[in-house]
Amino acid sequence: MAAVSAISFSLFNFVGDPVNNMVGQDATREQRVEIRQQLGLDDPVLTQYTRFIGNVLQGDFGLSYRIKRPVSTLILERLPATLELVFVSALIALVVGIGLGVYTGIKRDTWISRIVMSLSLVGVSLPTFIIGIALIYLFAVHLRWLPSSGRSGAIDLGFWKTSLLSVDGWRAIVLPAITLSLFQLTMILRLVRAEMLEVMRADYIKFARARGLAERSIYFVHALRNTLVPVITVIGLNIGGLIAYSVITETVFQWPGTGLMFIQAVDFVDVPIMAAYLIFVALLFVVINLIVDILYFVVDPRIRLGGS
Amino acid sequence: MQTRKLFTVSLIAILTAGAVSAENVLRWTSQGDALTMDPHSQNEGPTMAMNGQFYEALVTRDEAMLLKPELASSWTSAADGWTFKLRKGVKFHDGADFTAEDVVFSFNRAKHEASDYKEQAKNVVSVEVIDDYTVKLLTDGPNPILPNQLSDLFIMDSGWAKANNVENPQDFAGKEETFAVRNANGTGPFVLGSRAPDEMTVLTRNANWWGNDMFPGNVDKIEYRPISNAATRVAALLSGEVDFVLDAPLQDLKRIEAADGLQVKTVAQIRSIFFGMDQGVDELRSSNIKGKNPFKDARVREAFNLSVDKKAIQRVVMEGLSFPTAMITPPGVLGNTPELDESYGFDLDRAKSLMADAGYGDGFEIQLDCPNNRYNNDEKICQAAVAMLAKIGVKVKLDAIPKAQHFPKIQKRVTDFYMLGWGVSTLDSHYVFSYLIESKGSWNGTGYSNARVDEITKMIASETDIPKRTALIDEAWTIVKSEMPYVPIHHQVLAWGMSDNIDIPISSDDRLRPRFVVMK
Repeated sequence: MAAVSAISFSLFNFVGDPVNNMVGQDATREQRVEIRQQLGLDDPVLTQYTRFIGNVLQGDFGLSYRIKRPVSTLILERLPATLELVFVSALIALVVGIGLGVYTGIKRDTWISRIVMSLSLVGVSLPTFIIGIALIYLFAVHLRWLPSSGRSGAIDLGFWKTSLLSVDGWRAIVLPAITLSLFQLTMILRLVRAEMLEVMRADYIKFARARGLAERSIYFVHALRNTLVPVITVIGLNIGGLIAYSVITETVFQWPGTGLMFIQAVDFVDVPIMAAYLIFVALLFVVINLIVDILYFVVDPRIRLGGS
Repeated sequence: MQTRKLFTVSLIAILTAGAVSAENVLRWTSQGDALTMDPHSQNEGPTMAMNGQFYEALVTRDEAMLLKPELASSWTSAADGWTFKLRKGVKFHDGADFTAEDVVFSFNRAKHEASDYKEQAKNVVSVEVIDDYTVKLLTDGPNPILPNQLSDLFIMDSGWAKANNVENPQDFAGKEETFAVRNANGTGPFVLGSRAPDEMTVLTRNANWWGNDMFPGNVDKIEYRPISNAATRVAALLSGEVDFVLDAPLQDLKRIEAADGLQVKTVAQIRSIFFGMDQGVDELRSSNIKGKNPFKDARVREAFNLSVDKKAIQRVVMEGLSFPTAMITPPGVLGNTPELDESYGFDLDRAKSLMADAGYGDGFEIQLDCPNNRYNNDEKICQAAVAMLAKIGVKVKLDAIPKAQHFPKIQKRVTDFYMLGWGVSTLDSHYVFSYLIESKGSWNGTGYSNARVDEITKMIASETDIPKRTALIDEAWTIVKSEMPYVPIHHQVLAWGMSDNIDIPISSDDRLRPRFVVMK
């Protein structure tokens, strides 16, 4: 965390001049100098950094240069949108990815399997924004089934603004969630398939079959469980990535989450938001990796037994 | 009993919902959202455009950019200022009356340290109250164009500001959000309904607006949704989710025009695009020529002007949507005349011979600094210029970066050769001279310094004899045209995409004026 904050802070000297965006083209040189002094932008980097860390430890992330509202409020306001988007896309990626992974692992040579594998290559290689824009043009412009952008149908529950409680909300979240999930989906699919193929060759599967256990039980109870450890690792790391990198999907779909806020902050050189966001993302990765480690313990008995 | 009540209430709700949906709702989008609802806090296009719906100024510009009365009904000039008669019977959204006191308060607020409108407001030294509906704006010496400079200085209610602790605009280094960031109380045609920054802002018609019967607009509600991605913005228009897009990319205009039920309107914009050449330094920073500066030689500057084929740029890069020019300010601004505006033309042979005469027959190297996300096809224009300058032997290294990193280069004076665009809110040449041409102009990165032009810039600030003033402006521009400190390229063209069911008159300052919007 300390490393991330130090490195990101040092980068901010190179991202441009926030004052230029904060004042109009008419502002005089004297005015700009004065604002730089007020914001402490001309102090030595170490001074600025210490001041920043001091404030952060007290929970004060400052005011956004662009929106003039407290950064912590802004992040908390936008977080539900991103978290819901990531949750729905992770769900899609997991359910479809594991499901198809198992299917293509078991029935390798059917034509469905082959089509799925070819499409998965497309999902991995096409950039997110192209997929997003293609989906918008197909479903919003031509078919007019779904909205093209924005987070409509959001209901304010006070502490959390959710779009999962209304039909409009679900219609709005479908396209961005699919776009965000595709890369993860294809990765999970290929991973689960590879693991299934390997596991299916293992001895204990043969013994289970010999014992007369139902196919379904073999696949989903015995085989799948053993493929989960590497899958969990990958998913765990990627969930963090989904949250941090929802930037592109949010920009394409104008989804009002933390990713879109970050990109706009970069464009405007809104340093307080950029700094807070990077620290937040670092924290996220740390927490998620911790959860992943805990899950190993739970899922794989070998680790538990090995520990004791 | 309870169910019956519920039933009645729901029935009424359904019926009234039906009635309400007959109102005219304008749904539109563009790239940027307004940054704040505080009218003196941020001097920036989308912010001014939105705040201009809640707040009003003493004067305004109509859709044809003509100066018209708004909160002032008439004005007369004097040697020490201008007297404005204020419109009577105007009320703020909360019901308070608009009087001279509010004008005094607002000007003082706009001149406050933390205001981003200080520069414009400082033309007014102080505001004298003659009576409840008459004020005199005192100036430092005669100021012939004061009304031109007031159209973006919005009037707030002093009582509301005091009650909500927003007597001053938000400090740049402030620790807390002020009430005015998300709340507005003005005299304007629309009231702030709801505001979710970067998501959706809803404006509803002010039923008590003084101008309700005076303008053709019939919009009852405005739903504004910023969409930062250009393709998604166009998709929203094509899918019918919005009725109007302010800034569709040039390459999508044909598609919008071709679509059923959509149209594109174009107009010349009050914004010109040009290259600046640093002829002030003794040695260029990015060039292989040491010991002297090629730009100091007028022949080199002329060669540059003659080798950039602006008509080709218009045809190929801008898809016909630009006006090649030799002036860094467009028609519509006082001082631009057809003779002065006429482009230098494209003459490669003469350019080559000029370079040879100046001793640079083999050309030289130089870096061109260019923004890539600010003006219409800015990077592409620069790339075209690189190719064109190569023909006279000038090897240009192009550095195209986002505006946040590009503009500081000009302000810090670290660039040899740069692209810049300039809009003119006052529609008067003085604005252009004072920033771009006068020796100490804050955006004059060319180092151009002409004593007579500097003198004229000072004189026209206070010259009240109109023909004399216009002649001085003409003289200054003629000098500039012959000395060529810049390489003017073109005036931009605005293109708005909209539904066929709406009549939106397009304005050269790229601002939507809902009071003129008629929905069918």
